[in-house]
Amino acid sequence: MPEHNDNVTRRRLLRDGLWGACLAGIGGVAGFAVAKGRKNDWVWQIDPYKCIACGNCATYCVLEESAVKCTHVHAICGYCEICFGFFDPESVTLDEGAENQMCPTGAIVRKYIEDPYYEYTIDESLCNGCGKCVKGCNAFGNGSLFLQVRHDRCVNCNQCAIAAACPSQAFKRVPADHPYILKTVDHA
Amino acid sequence: MARWRYILITLVCLFALNVASLAQERFPPPEFETDYVRPTTTMPQPEQDIWEYVAAGVLIGALLLAAHLALKRRSRKAIFALMLFSLVAFGFIRKGCVCTVGSVQNVALTAFDPAYAIPIVVLIFFAAPLVVTLFFGRVFCGAVCPLGAIQDAVLIHPVRVPNWLESSLRLLAYVYLGAGVLFAALGAAFIICQYDPFVGFFRLGGNWNILVLGACLLLIGLFVGRPYCRFLCPYGVILRQFSRLSKWRVTITPNDCIKCRLCEDACPFGAIRAPTEPWPGKEYKIAKVRLAFLLLLFPMLVAGGAWGGYLLRDSFARMHPQVRLAERVHLEESGEVEGTTDASDAFRTTGRPSRELYDEAAQIGRRFAIGGAIFGGFVGFIIGGKLLALAVRRRRSDYEADRASCFACGRCYEYCPKEHERLKLGEKAVVART
Repeated sequence: MPEHNDNVTRRRLLRDGLWGACLAGIGGVAGFAVAKGRKNDWVWQIDPYKCIACGNCATYCVLEESAVKCTHVHAICGYCEICFGFFDPESVTLDEGAENQMCPTGAIVRKYIEDPYYEYTIDESLCNGCGKCVKGCNAFGNGSLFLQVRHDRCVNCNQCAIAAACPSQAFKRVPADHPYILKTVDHA
Repeated sequence: MARWRYILITLVCLFALNVASLAQERFPPPEFETDYVRPTTTMPQPEQDIWEYVAAGVLIGALLLAAHLALKRRSRKAIFALMLFSLVAFGFIRKGCVCTVGSVQNVALTAFDPAYAIPIVVLIFFAAPLVVTLFFGRVFCGAVCPLGAIQDAVLIHPVRVPNWLESSLRLLAYVYLGAGVLFAALGAAFIICQYDPFVGFFRLGGNWNILVLGACLLLIGLFVGRPYCRFLCPYGVILRQFSRLSKWRVTITPNDCIKCRLCEDACPFGAIRAPTEPWPGKEYKIAKVRLAFLLLLFPMLVAGGAWGGYLLRDSFARMHPQVRLAERVHLEESGEVEGTTDASDAFRTTGRPSRELYDEAAQIGRRFAIGGAIFGGFVGFIIGGKLLALAVRRRRSDYEADRASCFACGRCYEYCPKEHERLKLGEKAVVART
């Protein structure tokens, strides 16, 4: 028979045991997470090879003005004179009038470089991430225009609202030290 | 212009024919004769680290301060001030994200997704309130959680929720926790974040439906104290269990209860328990039989819940976008529905065979069969446990704050005459140890 001890009742022992188990449990979770390594934080990014430029990015972001903007990698761009990211295919005349532009906010700036090449740059303050130009560039051009989450704007929600609405599952968590997925030249 | 249109139409035809085969590099990037330099793509880096770590530090500080204010200082005013600070700091400044309630899902995803590991700050947001609760009770809920704070701030005319309703509604929170963990662990979605009713207020914008849901909860919260915390919060039910074991706890009276009954209606959250009557001998026998019956019922509830969860596996699996996509593609291919969706179009442009997609969906479905059974078993376990708890009589000699339900908001202190006496004499409160 164990010695009788007033301080240790059965209930007390059970409670202290459970208390210890809970503390050990939290420690276990913390230890497991740390052991899994990757001290990294995670941020959301669009895989441009999966993106179908559906337009959800412009509307589903919790920010009033979406954190997603068009990105241009000039190394891939063909500098086309007739750019289908810039011109609406149904445009009446091929001048830079707003009615002929694909971009609803006029965020693409077209600049003559040398015959027959034109440079296209994105004015991020105007871009709303609708992806209309991306669609045009993917369909008829080199695909050098694509959507990316701009991390100077993104508030990094635990569950990105656009990711939940993305039809092609192009949104994914990426390590914060490589926060962009840019298209590259050699990608087939 | 006719020339341009001719070229344009030719181009369109040419490339429309070859869209699939010509993915990139239709127009080789030019080599410029002038000294034009290509602009580089800007990549603004995520603003991080410092402010996240500051937030984690503030969280730990606020938790310890809340414990001090609730247990030692016993000042409702100070607790309320800290609560408003948390509402501004974690709510409006940090925009309510990342939050402790949602961090449960990050832990679940860490456990089941080999590629994901929870960031250290999120881990602190998850673990710190739990550890503090193990020592001091649910001081997190009362003064630190911004979701609790926004509801506490609007509470103007509390009404009493009957015990049976309170206990039944609380089961929702367990179901929510189980579902949140299930869907996060299997990579479907973070539903606790998606349906967070108040984050829209913190961000001053967001999904309209969720804003309406939040507004409804706040309207209810005018009369029913903290409805989200009591009936829905998935993290709260974990804290409930931890709080039962806490080393120190909130007491209504600073020293001895004189059973004056003045505090009976003090708690807007129904957390004050009256002393129990002595156990009548006649009832004791019935109670024993009832307990034995419930003990037998318990495993059946768990098994039944697991069976029910297993039966619902297909509905659960549909929460996963890949499963929804596979279903849609299948319907389209079998000709049961007309037309395509963005998702099925996107899938087709990848050129993957649909068989591969079906296999993947089937595999996810199998995981949901196991997950669904565990989830159902968990719900059965909770219901069984609740019934058992109702069947066991607790002995209480004083008016007490229920350890599981008490948010440590400090409203009841001023109802106690002993507290007034203590303040007049300037004595220190006795911090109750368990």
